[in-house]
Amino acid sequence: MLAKRIIPCLDVRDGKVVKGVNFEGIKEVGDPVECAAEYNRQGADEIVFYDITASHEGRGVILDVVRNAAKQVFVPLTVGGGIKTVDDIRETLRAGADKVSVNSQAVQNPQLIKEGADIFGSQCICVGIDAKMVGDKKWTVYINGGRIDMQLDLVDWVKEIEQLGAGEICLNSIDTDGVRGGFDIDMLKAVCSAVKIPVIASGGAGKLSDFADAFIKTDCSAALAASLFHYKELTVEQVKNDCRNKGIIMR
Amino acid sequence: MIAIIDYGAGNIFSVKNALDYLKMENKLTSDKQDIISADALILPGVGAFPSAMQMLESSGLINIIKDQALKKPFLGICLGMQLLFEKGYEFEECDGLGLIKGSVEKMIEPKLVIPHMGWNKLEIQHENPLLSGLDKESYVYFVHSYKAVCSDENISAYSTYGGKVPALVTDGKTVFGAQFHPEKSGDTGLRILKNFGGLIK
Repeated sequence: MLAKRIIPCLDVRDGKVVKGVNFEGIKEVGDPVECAAEYNRQGADEIVFYDITASHEGRGVILDVVRNAAKQVFVPLTVGGGIKTVDDIRETLRAGADKVSVNSQAVQNPQLIKEGADIFGSQCICVGIDAKMVGDKKWTVYINGGRIDMQLDLVDWVKEIEQLGAGEICLNSIDTDGVRGGFDIDMLKAVCSAVKIPVIASGGAGKLSDFADAFIKTDCSAALAASLFHYKELTVEQVKNDCRNKGIIMR
Repeated sequence: MIAIIDYGAGNIFSVKNALDYLKMENKLTSDKQDIISADALILPGVGAFPSAMQMLESSGLINIIKDQALKKPFLGICLGMQLLFEKGYEFEECDGLGLIKGSVEKMIEPKLVIPHMGWNKLEIQHENPLLSGLDKESYVYFVHSYKAVCSDENISAYSTYGGKVPALVTDGKTVFGAQFHPEKSGDTGLRILKNFGGLIK
């Protein structure tokens, strides 16, 4: 049986770790490579670097971060943010990433998913989604860090990206992100029952039991959090122990 | 020195990073002399079976690998493990290195997602020096869509995903193959690589 995964996410801008609350009010803290090494010690199953550097010239910085992290962290590394082309994917994987996460660009150019999967394999193409509720059991997809509503139905979109060859979905709920009231269970259920590929729960973790809750109530394969781990309110180890105690298979 | 055979396939840097971290002397190489003089060999690989065999063929390395693998510790990782078998059936039938009897076939698990990707538990069924000192509950990281079909006695450890998935195989002498990625399997993986280095005489 595959173990469920706990994934700390590091939001990185200009080579420094930051964490936004509802995508705004960003604070700057910490060295990403050191943070990744610490998460690795705590038992993280995977580490995500999410690059929120605005300028294109800044991309070299995140690649250096990955290169250095890959020398001391021996679990899968994922890089998201700013990946627009097949060349960006190639560059990122070459720097030592095992997966890339594409988000806005995949909505604007779905072929990027297909081309990436065809060339590098489905396993390294994760599609990140920011979605927001628009009605009862209905959500639409947003891009540009949750700023633009694409009027695209979430369930239609996840089916399409599975068809295109995505290996995994990282589902972030704009409604619960930063609110710390738990993951968006309804949204996760809707997506998990629409696709077979693994779904990562993102946005909303605020306390220990939120992680086990997501695994018990939905079929998600992994749960991701940033600020909770970053501000040391919980360690990855505590979260995994809580899940283990509740009968969830953990590494 | 451990030679990491570089034939243009996949993410070989992560294997090198792990050996560097463990302070195990290593070299990424496709040079025949390096392969002959190395104390141990690692054959990495990500991608498809036929194209990997073709790349080994065009690098002129197949016969040297077959010969050297019987003389010193040899570890194939992921696709590199699959290449150890006699035949592969990815897209088309293709000869492998034939160092272990068996073939490599598509995983068919209608209820499960293929690729088999993620952390899965190692179920140890035969002793193997690479597994020495591991915890009873050891998880390793897999990413693959094809699996080895071979005799049970060659399978030192397997994982369960639908059926049995051979995880660590050996010819019982110098040849070892890991379907999972030890270089991405945290402390467990590092321990396995260290154990492999320990086989060097």
